[in-house]
Amino acid sequence: MSRLESTFARLKQEGRAGLVAYVMAHDPDAEHCSEILRALPNAGADIIELGFPFTDPMADGPSIQRAGRRALEAGGSLSNTLALVARFREANATTPLILMGYLNPVEQMGYATFAAAARQAGVDGAIIVDAPPEEDREVRTALASEGLPLIRLATPTSDAARLQKITDGAAGFLYYVSLTGVTGARSVAADEVKAAMTRLRRATDLPIAVGFGVREPTAAAAIARVADAVVVGSAIVDEVAAAIDAGKPHEAPARVAAKVRELSEAVRSARIGVEA
Amino acid sequence: MADARRNFPDLPDPDGRFGIYGGRYVAETLMPLVLDLERAYYEAKADPAFKAELNGYLTHYVGRPSPLYYAERLTNHFGGAKIYFKRDELNHTGAHKINNCIGQILLARRMGKTRIIAETGAGQHGVASATVAARFGLPCVVFMGAVDIERQKPNVFRMRLLGAEVRPVTSGAATLKDAMNEALRDWVTNVADTYYIIGTAAGPHPYPELVRDFQSVIGIEAKEQILAAEGRLPDAVVACVGGGSNAIGLFHPFLDDASVALYGVEAAGHGVETGQHAAALTGGKPGILHGNRTYLLQNEDGQITEAHSISAGLDYPGVGPEHSYLKDAGRAKYLSATDAEALDAFQLCAKLEGILPALEPAHALARVGDIAKDLGPNGLIVMNMCGRGDKDVFTVADALGTKL
Repeated sequence: MSRLESTFARLKQEGRAGLVAYVMAHDPDAEHCSEILRALPNAGADIIELGFPFTDPMADGPSIQRAGRRALEAGGSLSNTLALVARFREANATTPLILMGYLNPVEQMGYATFAAAARQAGVDGAIIVDAPPEEDREVRTALASEGLPLIRLATPTSDAARLQKITDGAAGFLYYVSLTGVTGARSVAADEVKAAMTRLRRATDLPIAVGFGVREPTAAAAIARVADAVVVGSAIVDEVAAAIDAGKPHEAPARVAAKVRELSEAVRSARIGVEA
Repeated sequence: MADARRNFPDLPDPDGRFGIYGGRYVAETLMPLVLDLERAYYEAKADPAFKAELNGYLTHYVGRPSPLYYAERLTNHFGGAKIYFKRDELNHTGAHKINNCIGQILLARRMGKTRIIAETGAGQHGVASATVAARFGLPCVVFMGAVDIERQKPNVFRMRLLGAEVRPVTSGAATLKDAMNEALRDWVTNVADTYYIIGTAAGPHPYPELVRDFQSVIGIEAKEQILAAEGRLPDAVVACVGGGSNAIGLFHPFLDDASVALYGVEAAGHGVETGQHAAALTGGKPGILHGNRTYLLQNEDGQITEAHSISAGLDYPGVGPEHSYLKDAGRAKYLSATDAEALDAFQLCAKLEGILPALEPAHALARVGDIAKDLGPNGLIVMNMCGRGDKDVFTVADALGTKL
C-alpha cells in the first residue's frame, strides 16, 4: 500500500477526515521551510501538500501568490523543492507528501526526469493546476511509470459528463475545488459542499479532499463532516507572512505549527457526536 | 512547400494545437468555459447571420476596409522593393485591436454573457474593449499593470471616459503578463456571466484561432488590394510581433502562397544579447504560460522572465502559438529590432510619409528597409501599419530627451 492509501485507510478506520496542510517550498527560505515540514506531522497534518513556486500562479489568490514570490526571492525552484522533500524523508517515512504547482517548471525539467526525481525524493503524488485531463497525459504517464498518482481536480463547474472525464484516469484521491475562484478567496458554504459530495461520490470511489475556500477551524470542521480530507493553504502560509512582517522569520515554523494544530483539532473533533 | 500548402490552413487541430504548440492549459474550473466558447465560436463561424452582422460593424463602425497605401518616399529612400502600408492605424480607436474586439463582443452577446473583462498592456486593447463594451452597453473591467497605468495615462483616461473600470494590478512586475494573470483569476471567479476578451492570438484554445480569424480581415483585404494595385502577390509581408495578432491576421491568408515570404519583427529592446528584450521567438524557448504552449522568455527552472521593450504593446514574454509553429515549420521568419532602431524608423516615417506610426509597427518598419534592399527594385512588400503613434508621443519625446 502506498503512503496515501494507508493514510486514507487509517482515517477511515478512525472515522474522521484528514487534514491536508499546504505550505510553499522555500518559504520563507530553505532552512525555515525544512523546519516547517518537520513540524507539520506532529502538529496534526495527515497529508502535506507542498507547493513549488511559479512566477505566474494564475489560480492562486494573494496569500499563495506572495508565498511563491517569497520562495522565488529566496532561490526556490522545482529542483530544490525536491531536495526539501528528500530532507524531510530522512526523518519521516509515513506522512504522505504531494506536490502542487504549475506545469512549466515540470516541462522544463522534463516529464520523465521529474517523475523519477520525485519518486526518489519521496514524493507521493502531484497536483498540476494548469494541466486539465485534456493536457495531462505526458505528466500523468510519466508519474504513473514511477508508481505515482497525478491527482485530478473537480470543481463546481464540473457537470456529470465532465466528472466522467475527470475521474476516468484519476488516481490517489480527487481534489474538489470547493468554489469558483482562486485559492483562499472566500469561505465556502458547507451545504454547497455537501451537495457536491453526493455528486462526486457517485462518480468515483477515490477519497475526496476539499480545498480552496477553507480558512477557519469552524469551516474546516464543517467540511470534515462530509469530506475525506480538508485542505487548508492560504491561512497557513499567512502565518509565514505574519512572522516576516513582524521581523521574526525564525518564528514562522512555530506559528505555522500552532495554526495547523488548531485546524487539526477542529478536523479531528468534527464528527464526534455527529451521525455519520 | 507542397505539404505546407496543404496543411497550413487546417490548424489548429481538434485539440487546439498547432503542432506541439497551443492547447488548453487552464485550471479545471475554466475548462467547461473554454469548451463552451469553442462550441459557440464554431456555431457562429458557420452562421451567415453572424458574418453579416460582423461585416456590418467592420464597415460602418471600424471603418473597413482600411486602405493599402503606396509609401513612395520611403520606397525611394531605401531604393529597393516597392513598399505598401496596410493602413490599420486608420481604424476606429487607432489600431488593429478593434477588429478582434468587435468579433468577440458579438460572440459574447450571442452567448448571453453580460460582463466583459480584458487585459491590457499599452492600453490599446483596453481602449478597444472598452469601446465595444460601451457600444453594446455591457459593463467592462480592464486589468492593467500598475506600472503600465503610470506610463500610459492617456489611454487609462480614455478607458474611463468610455465607462470602463480600470483595475490596477500590482502583483509580479505589474505589467501585461500580470494583468493577464489577474484577468484569468477574475474569470475563474465569475464563471457564469463573464466573457474574457483576450487581446492577442494567444491563451487557451480557441482564443488563438478565433483572434486570428477576426484579424485575418487584414490579410484578406491586403491580398485583394495588392492584386488590384499591382496585379500580383507581394514578395514579402511584414508585421511586428508581440503576442502577434496583427501579424497572424496579415500572414494567415498568405500561408498557402508559397511565393510570399512572411516576416515577423519582434522587439529586441536593448538588444537580444543583453537579455533585456521581448523577443520570445528569437531569444526564448518553448514552455507553458497563460493557457498555451509557445515560445517564452524563461529561465532554466521554467520561471517566466520579464520582457523589455520601449513599446508597451510588445512588452510580453510570450507569443501566440501559431507563430511558434510557423517558426519551427520555417514558413515564417522572425527578425527583431531594438528600441533605438524603432525610434529611428518612427521618425523616418513621420518625416517622409507624414505618418506617425505606433512604436509597435515602427519595429516592423525598422526591418522593412533591409528586406526592400534584399528584394531589389522589382520586389513588392506589404507592411502592416497596425497602429498610430499618437499614444506614443510622450514616450518618444522622453527617449529623445525632449520635455513636453
